[in-house]
Amino acid sequence: MLAVLYPLVYIVSSSFSSPRAVVSGQVWLFPVEFSLRAYKSIFRSSQLMTGYYNTVVYTVFGTLINLAFTILMAYPLSVRQFYGRHLFMTLLMITMFFSGGLIPTYLLVKELNMLDTRWAMWLPGALSVFQVIVARTFFQSSIPQELAEAAQMDGCRDTRYLVSVVLPLSKPIIAVMTLMYAVGHWNAYFDALIYLRSEKLFPLQYVLRNLLILNAADPEMLANTAAKIRDQGFEQALKYALIVVASVPVLIMYPFVQKHFVKGVMIGSLKG
Amino acid sequence: MDNFAARGRFGVAERKKAKRRILCIAVALSGLLQFGLRRPRSRAAATATTVGRHDARRRAANGSRVIAPPKIRRHWELYLLILPPVLYLIIFKYVPMFGVQIAFKDFNVVQGIWGSPWAGLKHFEAFFQSPNFRLIIRNTIVISFYSLVAGFPVPILLALALNEIRNGLFKKSVQMITYAPHFISTVVMVSIVILMLTPHVGVVDRLYSLFGKDMTNFMGIPEYFKSIYVWSGVWQEMGYASIIYMAALASVDPALYEAAKMDGAPRWRKIVHIDLPSLIPITVILLILNLGNIMNVGFEKIFLMQNPLNLSSSEVISTYVYKVGLVGANFSFSTAVGLFNSVVNLVLLIAVNFFARKASETSLW
Repeated sequence: MLAVLYPLVYIVSSSFSSPRAVVSGQVWLFPVEFSLRAYKSIFRSSQLMTGYYNTVVYTVFGTLINLAFTILMAYPLSVRQFYGRHLFMTLLMITMFFSGGLIPTYLLVKELNMLDTRWAMWLPGALSVFQVIVARTFFQSSIPQELAEAAQMDGCRDTRYLVSVVLPLSKPIIAVMTLMYAVGHWNAYFDALIYLRSEKLFPLQYVLRNLLILNAADPEMLANTAAKIRDQGFEQALKYALIVVASVPVLIMYPFVQKHFVKGVMIGSLKG
Repeated sequence: MDNFAARGRFGVAERKKAKRRILCIAVALSGLLQFGLRRPRSRAAATATTVGRHDARRRAANGSRVIAPPKIRRHWELYLLILPPVLYLIIFKYVPMFGVQIAFKDFNVVQGIWGSPWAGLKHFEAFFQSPNFRLIIRNTIVISFYSLVAGFPVPILLALALNEIRNGLFKKSVQMITYAPHFISTVVMVSIVILMLTPHVGVVDRLYSLFGKDMTNFMGIPEYFKSIYVWSGVWQEMGYASIIYMAALASVDPALYEAAKMDGAPRWRKIVHIDLPSLIPITVILLILNLGNIMNVGFEKIFLMQNPLNLSSSEVISTYVYKVGLVGANFSFSTAVGLFNSVVNLVLLIAVNFFARKASETSLW
């Protein structure tokens, strides 16, 4: 456990330390020469803030689309009397084992004129087969069949039943799915790499990649250190701060749903 | 805000076109479906929505589907509900599957997917004969196997250990902390790795120099690449992967433990004779899935960790497909490489599943 914890603590500490301390290797466990400079310059950078804004947009709407599609797919598949259920199931499973691959999908997105639009970030991954199966299993196993029969007796249609009986009963699984999909969107950079061209649309992770891994520092962010060009130490501290800023929202979110998601994974494992 | 506005302005005509095109594809496909591929569904939809009783009775007289039509009618809303995701599947998953044909063609943008001339197996041959072929395949397989061998037992051990902890709070906090890295994005993960391994500044290099070793540029040395990749992956995923085993352990019948206690079995005996056997089914299933994916090395992380210095050890199929295909605009060749990969995967999965069923009666299907 310590092995897992140490890098995390180290990153956080470094991000709060002064650049000089980071470079000279004084930081081992706790912050040295506490400083918030790195954070200040992050929040001044418009590139990063645009990235943040975009990521929030992608995450919120993307997750909503995901949820809608997953539930719409999973619910009918869970109804035993649904004629043609196996056909749809097969249709779904095939996509899990065989896919068109990168290039044909790219060509399709291009053909649909979705290149370099927000749609390219939302639609191609709108449905995860795994999540559908998890949701379906949940609907099947945790919602008593008698409810459906009773509702039918009262003249309740399927849609109404789904909205007013099934969904309220499925809060745990919906929480898990939301978390999974949201984390997926939050952390995704690959789709942006393929489909997006214009800087205005880049999500946070893509910006991060440019800054952290390709080492292309945002001039705006370093502007206030112009006097010390090639302020290597500051760049280092900046990177640590960036990492913290990018990961914190997700890490904050997850303890709240943790209780649920262990359950969700368990349901998924019943029929993987 | 003005992002949206700007897109709105330039996009209306474009999007209309796109919409029409989606519609076209959808119509064409539904035609195709009616043609016979997916007979029951189209028939069901027709009965359910428009044609109604007359048609149903006629079909009932036919004898083959006496029960089906009323069933369908009762649940017609379900078909409506499932329509959007099914359309989605068809458009975004099945259309690209037809697009795979460009692996056998000389694709060019002007003529499109259907119009481009056939090229036979040219691209496959080119791939097999290319000097990169052996390197890429070897890297892919080695990285996969290494990940599997290193990464598979760790979550099991972690789960067994966690299962032995009786102190609730401590157990909870260990779980919290070990799950956390799973939620860190690949980009951040890789930057952490790179930062920690940076010469002079990173922790690892400073540790090295403490022990009197020279400064090392870890990311630049091909021999280190695979280990860095694999062990950082283990670090990130072990907690999360252990959840599934924890769940299996939680479902063990407590009576077994009590019996063991009565017999005076020490801890390790309990682990060996009760815990481990109860993990076997789920382990086999996960192993099958993993072996079926042996040729699929995740693109994202490798791509981010690549640099020109370690390329000889880090180029795998997926990154190669990306580079040749999208960066190099060599669509057909790259699709052929991707298709080759999918087919190998599929065959592997089926084969492994077959053997698992023979050997242990646990299998995917």
